Order: sequence, then structure tokens, then C-alpha cells
Amino acid sequence: MAGKTLYDKLWEAHVVREEPDGSTLLYIDRHLVHEVTSPQAFEGLRLAGRTPWRGDSVLAVPDHNVPTADRDKGIADPVSRTQVETLETNVTSLGLKFFPMADVRQGIVHVIGPEQGATLPGMTVVCGDSHTSTHGALGALAFGIGTSEVEHVLATQCLWQKKTKAMQIRVEGELRPGVTAKDVVLAIIGRIGTAGGTGYAIEFAGSAIRSLSIEGRMSICNMSIEAGARAGMVAVDEKTIEYVRNKPQAPSGELFEQAAEYWRTLVSDPDAEFDAVVEMDAAEIAPQVSWGTSPEMVAPITGRVPDPAAESDPVRAEGMKRALEYMDLQPNTPMTEIRPDKVFIGSCTNSRIEDLRAAAEVVKGRKKADNIKLAMVVPGSGLVKQQAEQEGLDRIFLDAGFEWREPGCSMCLAMNADRLEPGERCASTSNRNFEGRQGQGGRTHLVSPALAAAAAVAGHFVEPSALKEA
Amino acid sequence: MQAFTVHRGIVAPLDRSNVDTDAIIPKQYLKSVKRTGFGPNAFDDWRYLDPGEPGMDSSQRRINPDFVLNQAPFDQASILLARKNFGCGSSREHAVWALTDFGFRAVIAPSFADIFFSNSCKNGLLPVVLAEDEVQTLFEQVEANPGAQVEMNLEEMTVTAPDGTVFRFTLDEDRRHRLLNGLDDIALTLQYADDIRAFEERQRREWPWMAEHSQG
Repeated sequence: MAGKTLYDKLWEAHVVREEPDGSTLLYIDRHLVHEVTSPQAFEGLRLAGRTPWRGDSVLAVPDHNVPTADRDKGIADPVSRTQVETLETNVTSLGLKFFPMADVRQGIVHVIGPEQGATLPGMTVVCGDSHTSTHGALGALAFGIGTSEVEHVLATQCLWQKKTKAMQIRVEGELRPGVTAKDVVLAIIGRIGTAGGTGYAIEFAGSAIRSLSIEGRMSICNMSIEAGARAGMVAVDEKTIEYVRNKPQAPSGELFEQAAEYWRTLVSDPDAEFDAVVEMDAAEIAPQVSWGTSPEMVAPITGRVPDPAAESDPVRAEGMKRALEYMDLQPNTPMTEIRPDKVFIGSCTNSRIEDLRAAAEVVKGRKKADNIKLAMVVPGSGLVKQQAEQEGLDRIFLDAGFEWREPGCSMCLAMNADRLEPGERCASTSNRNFEGRQGQGGRTHLVSPALAAAAAVAGHFVEPSALKEA
Repeated sequence: MQAFTVHRGIVAPLDRSNVDTDAIIPKQYLKSVKRTGFGPNAFDDWRYLDPGEPGMDSSQRRINPDFVLNQAPFDQASILLARKNFGCGSSREHAVWALTDFGFRAVIAPSFADIFFSNSCKNGLLPVVLAEDEVQTLFEQVEANPGAQVEMNLEEMTVTAPDGTVFRFTLDEDRRHRLLNGLDDIALTLQYADDIRAFEERQRREWPWMAEHSQG
């Protein structure tokens, strides 16, 4: 019999009950909650007279609607304010763990989970948010759910799931200098498409993935959903265990060692069989820039905007044409000639300390280009912000003419005041370039933090290594 | 949840692939703490020519006459026909609530994003996967004969095209059963409360760090 995949092991360790048709009642260890997808779930619970099954599994935080400037003035938009207040009322009335906006631990839910040790290897982690796959970087089974499922988990600590197929994406070899985790995941999505992972749980493997830090692995797992997969994960190794050690909610002492012994088993067996395997050569991956309105529409920075006329599939060609029209781009334009109006460094994909360091390294000693109306850096959490300030990164950004903001989802989805105006073009470290995602009529180019920083300095997309000496 | 057995209605052809949930319901409407009222803002960016904000009276806004749901008879459609990877992106269940609030009972596409598919089934909105050529046939028939009705039968798992052609689809038995009967998931799960407790007992024994440190 073939060995087990990491997904098999995580799944089997959480089966409460299995029906003959394969429907499985799966136990959920950690439930992360934010203000946007939870109010209707709490209301449903209340109307049915139910209470949370295990309140201590919940960690709640406002992130989507929170302002990133002038926080002392509260939330100006009354609708946003009501939503954040509703979260606070819901969770505090039930005694659930909560980091309010004023707490230094507040931040984007997918940044604070690992930061607090609230998400640990071997756990099942859910949140009413598709980027929950981020937590899979720790060797956890983590996936996004809808609001009905949020209510179901609150009430029962479980979800009905069917085991999906397993895909292994193996990136072997050494990444070229300047190529980051974000470039790797964009290249993967460009290769397999936005539905390539639908119906699968993806395990990212291979020497290039193992060489990444835990934060880099989070950037990769984060965008699993952009490849269609609800869950993405990376096997546990010593980096994972060192990352988790001493986190506030992680076990300590003897219990930690006992846990670590188990966590080390959370790897796919050498003879495990996957339903699909995708192999990529790390050395062939260049820094990526998206040109369209779907995350699969990416090109290397050295490349050009593609020509729909060269596409043989008519449905696809039509989609490309529509995307280029929306993005106001001409076929065959070199990527380096595209000039953004704004730059956004942040989001659950790229707002951790290593992301900010990478951007700061490019910006250091340089200035924002004149055509860039706004370059903003939004740390993923209050603790990331604090750490960055201790390292002087805030000064580097401010001296270059960037804005240094408070933590939240911000202009990744523009639910707060941070947004693009119609027609504005943005170099963004976020995860979705859908029409209107960053503001109605806004145009998003997905890039790594280093490329976003370089675009802010040069006024157009460029490899950081090609910038003039600072 | 509203049960789904058989439904007959007008089909709106939305000839796009990768329709994402940001397009189905833009972010500004997610600030609502309710489950209802999203219908006027379904496909807001495509449906109206002016920017929309929560609280606006949508009947007073400038509509985009080129968008299919603004054209009769498709403004009365209860079945949505689209291309592959429908509902990709954000997990927002508001996308499903917007479609049901508009009046849709079913969506037909060659493929769906996983979270959207799951959310649909929990709200009585039937997601039906047909082969690409079958979807193409439906597009052709509906565009040639606007207002033609299609019948969706979940008991038989069939879609009857305007010309009488019958297409078969599948849906896993568990989801089909719940949709046919409009069942409350939570009440069903709580019948297994003892199994859940037994699992927790085992977890405390085998993986004590999970439970002991979940309180932080």
C-alpha cells in the first residue's frame, strides 16, 4: 500500500465520523473570525438559541474595515463602524478571545494567527475568508469557508466535508537572485490556471519551497485559492518548529517537545501517491507582474503584455481582450513600460516583517518617483509594525516619500477608505487583480514587495537590480 | 433553507469565464450585517454606470443597457448560465445571497469554484455542472430564443433545454438530499454530539497540546 500524503495525515487525524458516501464530519481546532463574514453567523446562532460549542477555539479580530490612518478618530464610515462594533458585541458577549483595533496584537487575521501561535502544525484551521490557506504553511489543514459554515463551526466545532484529491506542486532547484515566494506562486498560477487546483488540496514541495522561510511559505499557501484550491500546505521541517517555538499561544516546555515530535511526522511519506503532480524548475522562474484581471494573467518582468490574437482558444482570447481593455493595455507592451499611479505594499499575502524588509532594502536611500501619487506600506499587524519600527524600516519608507500606515487589509480589497480611483493603476503586493477589487475602475498589477518598491522608485515596473545606484 | 426539487425558468446568458465573487457582489456591500437585501447590487459594477454605495436607492441609478440582466426578458431570469470557474475568488457567501435575492434559483456552468459551490448548496441555489459543449448548446439556444425556459430537476438530476434536449448532471448524494429537503445542517450535525465529544476526549489524550493551549 502506498504511503500517506501530508493531507491524508491531517485529514485522518480529524475525522469525527464518516458516512458511507464519504461525507465526513471533520473536527475543527481553530476558528479565526473577522467582522465581515461573521455577523450573520452569530445572528443565526442567536436566533436558534445556540451557543458556541468550544469558545476557546475562536480568535476574533477586525481587519477588513479598519482605518489605516488617524485611528484615534475611530472609524469614519458609519456602516463600517457598525460592522466592527457588531463583531465586538458578538464576541465579547460570548467571552471569545478578541483583539480590538487599539490592541497592538490586532492585524490581518492571517498574519496574527501564526504570529500568536494560535495556528499550529497539525491543526485544522478555518475562517470565513478564502485566504485561510495561508496557515497551511505551518503544516496545518487550513481552508476558507462561507458564513453558513462559520455558523456551523461555531455551533458544532465541525464541518461536513468530502476529502478532495491531492496535488503536489514540486518546485526544484535554486531560485534566481531577486526571485521571491510571491513570484513562485504567481508563476505557479500562471502555469496551472485559476481553476487548476479546483477540487484539490495542494502540497507545495521541492527544494525551492524548502529553502523558503516560513513567511515565504505563507505567501505561497496564501494564494492557493487563486489557483482554485481551498487548501495549500507545506510539510513540517525544523524551520516550522523553530517558527512556532515561544509563540504566545504555542505549548511550552515538555509539552512543546512532545508536540514537536508529532509535528515532525507531518510530512508526505516518500512513497505517497498524489492524484496530480506538477513539476517546476525554480531556475526558470523570473519576477512576475500580472497584466490582466485574473491572477493567472501574469508575465515575467522581462516579458511583454500578450496578444489575444495569438490565442487559439476563442473563449480565452475573448477573456484576454476584455482584460486588456479594462486594464487599458496594448498587446506586446514591455512590462517595464507600464507605469503605475499608486503602490500598495501590504495584505495577508505580503505584509509580514520579511516582506517589509525586502521592500525597504530596495527603497533605502531612494525617493518615490514623481508619477507615483501614493506609495503606502500597511504592516500586517501591530506587532509587525512595532518590529519594523525597531529596525528603522518606517524611516526608510517615510524618507522616500512613502506613507507608513496602521495594520489591516486596506487596499487589498478597499473596504476601508484606502482605494483606487477609477482608471488608476496600482503596483500591489496583494492577491487579486479582479475588476474593481482595489476600488471601482481601479487597475491592479500583482507583484512581490521588492518589485512594488522598485516600481515606486522608478515610476514603472523594473527589476530592483536594474535600478540606478542609491 | 429553501428546498429545491424542480424549477422552470428563464435563463440569463452571462458569457464570461472566471466570474469572481467580487464581481457578483462588490466589497462595499459586504459591510451589511444582514443576510438579505443584496439583490439590487448583484453584479453592481457591470449593472450600473455610476458607482454604487450601500444605502443608495438602486432604482434611481443609471443602468448599463448592455448588461444582460438589464435586458428583458433576462431581468426576469431565475437561472444563470455562465462559463467555467464561476464564483472564483473570495469566500463571501454574500455572492450567493445576492444571486438568490435577485431571484436566481440555479446556476449552470462547466465548472465552479469550490467555496462558491458549497455556499450555494447551503442556500438553496442549485449549482449545476454541465460539459462545455452542453453549456455551449444552451448559450446558443437561449441567445437564439431569448426568454426560452429551461427546466432543472434535482430529483432526476436533469436539465431540459428549450428544444427538449435533456442533459444529465450529478451532485453528491449528501448535498442532493439536503437541497431536496431544505434541511438545517446544524440540527443534523448535533445528532452526532456524542461522536464529537468522543473525538475531543481522544484528542485530549493523544494530542494534549491542542486543547490545553487553545485558550492562549
